[in-house]
Amino acid sequence: MLAVYIIIGVVVVLLIIFLTIYNGLVRRRNQVKNSWAQIDVQLKRRHDLIPNLMETVKGYMKHERETMESVTKARNLAQQLTSAGAGERAKAEGELSSALSRLLAVVENYPDLKANQNFLALQEELASTENKISFSRQYYNDSVLRYNNQTQMFPSNIVASMTGFKASEFFEVTVAAEREAPKVSFTQ
Amino acid sequence: MGMGALLILIGYFLGLYFFDSAIAGLVIALIVWVILSLVGYFQGDSLLLTMSRAKKIGRDDHPRLYNVVEEMKIASGLEKMPNIYIIDDPALNAFATGRDPNRASVAITSGLLQKLNRDELQGVIAHEISHIKNRDVLLMAMCSILLGTIVLLAWYGSRFLIFGGTGSRRSSSSGGGGGAQLIILVVALVFMILAPIMAQLIYFAISRKREYLADASAALYTRYPEGLASALEKLGASTGQLKSANKATAPMYIVNPFRKKGMKASDLSSTHPPISERIRILRAMAGASFTDYDQAYHQVHLGGTGVIPAASLAAETVPIATIKLEGEAGEPNEIQRARETSDVMWRLSNYNTITCECGAKLRVPPKFKEPIIKCPHCGRTHQV
Repeated sequence: MLAVYIIIGVVVVLLIIFLTIYNGLVRRRNQVKNSWAQIDVQLKRRHDLIPNLMETVKGYMKHERETMESVTKARNLAQQLTSAGAGERAKAEGELSSALSRLLAVVENYPDLKANQNFLALQEELASTENKISFSRQYYNDSVLRYNNQTQMFPSNIVASMTGFKASEFFEVTVAAEREAPKVSFTQ
Repeated sequence: MGMGALLILIGYFLGLYFFDSAIAGLVIALIVWVILSLVGYFQGDSLLLTMSRAKKIGRDDHPRLYNVVEEMKIASGLEKMPNIYIIDDPALNAFATGRDPNRASVAITSGLLQKLNRDELQGVIAHEISHIKNRDVLLMAMCSILLGTIVLLAWYGSRFLIFGGTGSRRSSSSGGGGGAQLIILVVALVFMILAPIMAQLIYFAISRKREYLADASAALYTRYPEGLASALEKLGASTGQLKSANKATAPMYIVNPFRKKGMKASDLSSTHPPISERIRILRAMAGASFTDYDQAYHQVHLGGTGVIPAASLAAETVPIATIKLEGEAGEPNEIQRARETSDVMWRLSNYNTITCECGAKLRVPPKFKEPIIKCPHCGRTHQV
């Protein structure tokens, strides 16, 4: 009789441990999903801001057709790839980042544009969106790291492999593109 | 925990002395504490913001501030955007409030808003968001309520013990207990005097520890410790006192709001660690992770225990962001920031701003009823 009780007790304890770990994994996976959605929101925001920027800049920049076209092209390409894989997408977005920073670098030659209130507001929005993209990516990678650790470390890896939790992919391909981009400074 | 024990001990001695039963005293202490906690829990944030005469702003009122808060909300993984308030005060300070991360607020003085550039503002906001994320607001509110209760009870208790006549009833009731009575009286008296001081010290120690932790989190979120360090430098150099601060709310500010005239904030260490030390730690960081902060802390503080909970220390280090593509792009300088901030403050007080062709700005008060207004500078008339 005692042996039966002991077995029941052990099974109950194991079950509780299993459920706790399972719930933890679900929570972490949802966090990864949510933070991915956050990156999406910010990337989309940047795509939406660019036509406005082009409209404002157009009247002032007479000699920068090439730079402006590269931004528009990069933006259209990035927008087409919104449903593509993380790697391909990160590359397109990285290209858009560097095209944008090239455009913002030549603003220095147009004092009228620099005084335009509309442009200044847009520039703040763009700079902030750029920050938000990198912060959401940073948070996404942190979440992926925590989630992957949990799927790979003992004992939660047993639960993870039993219930089909797979490790997630990091989002960091753009780093190389960012390194090449020139540093922008507008302060005298 | 330490302060809770102190409160219970005070209740115990008070009860023992006045009601012949320690339980009664404990019950009183508990009731007082529960009432104060409930008031603090449900009204703390609105009370604090009303006391500071803070004004709530939206995205359009001050896009840069709103964006920086949103950036830090994303970096910290906070689920809900905190409310943002500006306090119209030339003193330099900022604080966070709200009982849980879903109904939190950050407030910043107009003085600080115009003093800091974007990176520094980001550091300060990251520090405040860390207070929200680490639930320091709730912790410090509970601690300060506990402290307040201890001080309150000890104050009344010591008055009664010294001047009250209740003691004579006790001593005549039992002849043999006189000696023990006296011992209890003396112990209680000593305790009444010591308890508030001890409670205060514990409170300050907790507060300082949470400040270090918030600094470490701010460095981690921004990946840029220099932003906060340079903001703290500006904060430390100022001597202005915040008019609306009070003792209970002091730990929520980024630097101690109580510093005497002519005394620099960096000299004072009570609820906050010395500013100079916080700057030294931030600048000694090799990376941006908690581990790097811990190492920098030990470098500045030889010996002693660390300030970061051991569970949060991970092996890997996080690199500091050195490439700031957008940091300085088109950023307003201090004069432009001052104009921008004062514009916001006028607008929030319902003043109507008309810009005249001559460049002068007319601030039309909300009570102004005339249909047209004349520019005092050039004489042009404007529709209101």
